Order: sequence, then structure tokens, then C-alpha cells
Amino acid sequence: MGLLSKKDAALITDPFADNNPITIQVLGICSALAITAELKASIVMAVSVLFVLGIGNVVISLMRNIIPSKIRIIVQLIVVATLVIIVDLVLKAFQYELSKTLGAFIGLIITNCIIMGRFEAFALANGPWKSFLDGIGNAVGYGVILIIVGFFRELLGSGTLLGFKVLGDPIEKTGLYSIGYENNGFMLLAPMALIVVGIIIWIQRSRNEALIEDN
Amino acid sequence: MEHLELFFKSIFIDNMVFATFLGMCSYLAVSKKVTTAVGLGAAVIFVLAVTVPLNWLLDQYILQPGALSWLGAEYAEYDLSFLSFILFIATIATMVQLVEIIVEKFSPSLYNSLGIFLPLIAVNCAILGGSLFMQSREIATLGLATTYGIGSGIGWFLAILAIAAIREKIRYSNIPAPLRGLGITFIVTGLMAIGFMSFGGMLTGGDEEEKDAPKTEAVIEVKEEVKAKEMNNKELANNTKEIIE
Repeated sequence: MGLLSKKDAALITDPFADNNPITIQVLGICSALAITAELKASIVMAVSVLFVLGIGNVVISLMRNIIPSKIRIIVQLIVVATLVIIVDLVLKAFQYELSKTLGAFIGLIITNCIIMGRFEAFALANGPWKSFLDGIGNAVGYGVILIIVGFFRELLGSGTLLGFKVLGDPIEKTGLYSIGYENNGFMLLAPMALIVVGIIIWIQRSRNEALIEDN
Repeated sequence: MEHLELFFKSIFIDNMVFATFLGMCSYLAVSKKVTTAVGLGAAVIFVLAVTVPLNWLLDQYILQPGALSWLGAEYAEYDLSFLSFILFIATIATMVQLVEIIVEKFSPSLYNSLGIFLPLIAVNCAILGGSLFMQSREIATLGLATTYGIGSGIGWFLAILAIAAIREKIRYSNIPAPLRGLGITFIVTGLMAIGFMSFGGMLTGGDEEEKDAPKTEAVIEVKEEVKAKEMNNKELANNTKEIIE
């Protein structure tokens, strides 16, 4: 990347793998689990968080020298809440059906720990450009996990991806269903999200031994 | 009856952690020891019991379409519901700060035990989630909103207590190394959530008229079950402590 220095590039790529917000930093789990039954909802959630975290990090970073530290949490919450209201209104205007399915979970981006966590840990101590990169990097790292979980849950649970029947038609028995494949309805239930994330963590940590916890 | 139904529904069927995955961040981060888990859980019950009714009042008299009509006829057409996120979170953040000050003043011992957890709670999704679900489920009266807040808080408390007890015990089992810590906690929580899904039938089924009598029995049974579970958890925790010692 010619545009970015090595350090700046690391800000974007680190959260992608070895410092992933969900699997390593344990932030932002709530929304990651609740809305991943469909791939489309996961993608919309990932994009919303990308928007809120990218812009929010810049705003907080610009204000970092004038926020009194005692009330910084309230200030941060107000900034996030404003951004989330924008997201919510945009979704209601252009994707009404989807905004109904996501329901309260768009509002819950406000208390998504990723956002507060990055504000506290990064934006309050760094300049706007770096904060922007950090925000984008973390939001992408979050989005990747969301999309992986959404992909598997929708594929195995209802045999579709983004609503397209990729495995054939379960009623007319075409495609995979003609040889006796069945959808696993269990994948659509909420608890399976936890187990899928658990398995992702397992795979990631077996590939990178340094991440293993000592209990 | 209505209150009792909502109370048990919010504890078991719509359990904050297992059914809607709210407050997972602190649930995972603070559940390493039973004592700290109890402290955080108590603080969550307390804050939910205060903020849900408060936000209910805000919702009824300021935010809903037409809610401002008490100010006069010309305000009746205003719809401020787009402001609910910002008002709810502001209430919660202020209440948490206020509660912190009051508790510090009147009960220093409680403050010392809750101390570090109170500020954390402002950003716990379970608190904002409680208010948002209260809004989207259109809970009818102030009393019901209070019941809902307390019930959800107790549900969250039970969940974090259970996982903390399990995590204290699980240290002595032989888990594959990459799965240790976070991984196994996720999977255990998943299994517990599947268990909690069995409560789903508790308040459904049966006709409207016949529903009341058998339901109370079921509720009592469940209560006892949970008590037994809690006892088990406590025993587990005590055993663990003994082993450590």
C-alpha cells in the first residue's frame, strides 16, 4: 500500500486476524450473535458498524483535547447515539423490511462494546487519521466474523445465501436435496451462533498458538 | 397475574443472555469468579429496575407519536420517536452516575463491593436493551415496566452466576488447549442457551380460561428447579474453593 505507512497499514490489518475484536478482544459479542441467522442482516450490521465506528472515532479524536475526562462516557455515548440515529433513519427509509428484522439491535450499536472500547483505547489518544484507520480496521475485523457466522448459519440452516436457493429446492427435491440432504433448522436458532463463534475461536487459536489462554 | 407472568417470562423465556444475547461483553469478561459475578449481577438488577420505568415515562410522555398532547393541542402531532436512542442512553448514563453518588454516600460498604462495576454498567447492552425492548414490546403500564426491568435483571444475574460457577469448576478439566478460556465459555453458553429454550413452552399452550390454574403450578415448579440449580451452583463453588485451599 503506497498510500499508507507500514504502521498505518498495521492499524487496518491487525484487527483482521491477530487482534480481532470479537475473537480476541471479546468486544461486540451481543449483536454478532443475535442477528446472524441471515447473511443479509449480517452484512447490513457490518456496514452500519463500519459507518458508526469510522466516523465516531474521527469525531472523538477531534474532540479528545476538550472533553473533560469525568464526563467522557456521556459525551461518547451522545456521539454514538447521534450516528446510530442516522443509520436507523437511513435503514428505515431504504430497507424498511430489514430494519424491522434488525429491530432493537440497530439501537444496540450504541452500547456495542467495540465502539466504546475503541474510543477509550484509541481515539482518545491518537489523531483523527490514525483513529479513522483504526475504526475502519476494527469494524472490518468485526464484520468478517459476522459475515462468516451469517454465511454458515444461513447456508446450513435454510439452504440459501442472501435468499437464493444455492443448494436446490427442499420441497421439489432438486440439487443436493435429491440425494437426501436436509436443512439443519437448529442452525437458525440463537444458541448455534454461540457455538459457531466458539468453533471459529478454536480454529483461529489452533492456527496461532500464541493466542492460547492459560485458563 | 399479569405481573407474575411478565416476571417469569422476562427471567426465563426472554432471558437477556440466553435468548437475546444482551450484555454478553461483561458476561464474558466478568464471569471468572463467582463473587465478582454476583456484584455485577446485583448492580445490573438495580440499574434495570430504575432505568426501565424511567424510560417508560419518557417514552409515554415525550417520545411516542402524539405523546406531547399533555402540553396542549398544538403539540399533539409531534412525533419524537427518532430521539429515543439518545434520550434513553442519556437517562441511563445519568442514572448510573447518580446511583453511584447516592450509593457512595449512604452505603459505603455496598459501594465498595459494587464500586468498579457501576460505571461499566452504562455501556452494558443489557441495560439499553431492556429499555429498547420495553419500547418495542409496548409494555402497557408503569408497574409492568418495573416488573419487566426487575425480571430481566434477575435473569441476567442468574445467567452470570451460573456461568461463573461453571467456569470456576471447568479449570480442572482437560480442555483442548486452543479452546481454553474464551472458546469453551462460548460453547458452554450455547449449550446453556439450548437448555433455556426448553422454558419456551412454560407460558404458552392451553386455552385462555384453563391457562391460569396449571400455569401457577408450573411456575412454582420451575422456581424450585432454579433454586435447586442455584444450590448446586453454590455447592460447586464451595467445593471448588475447598479444593483450592
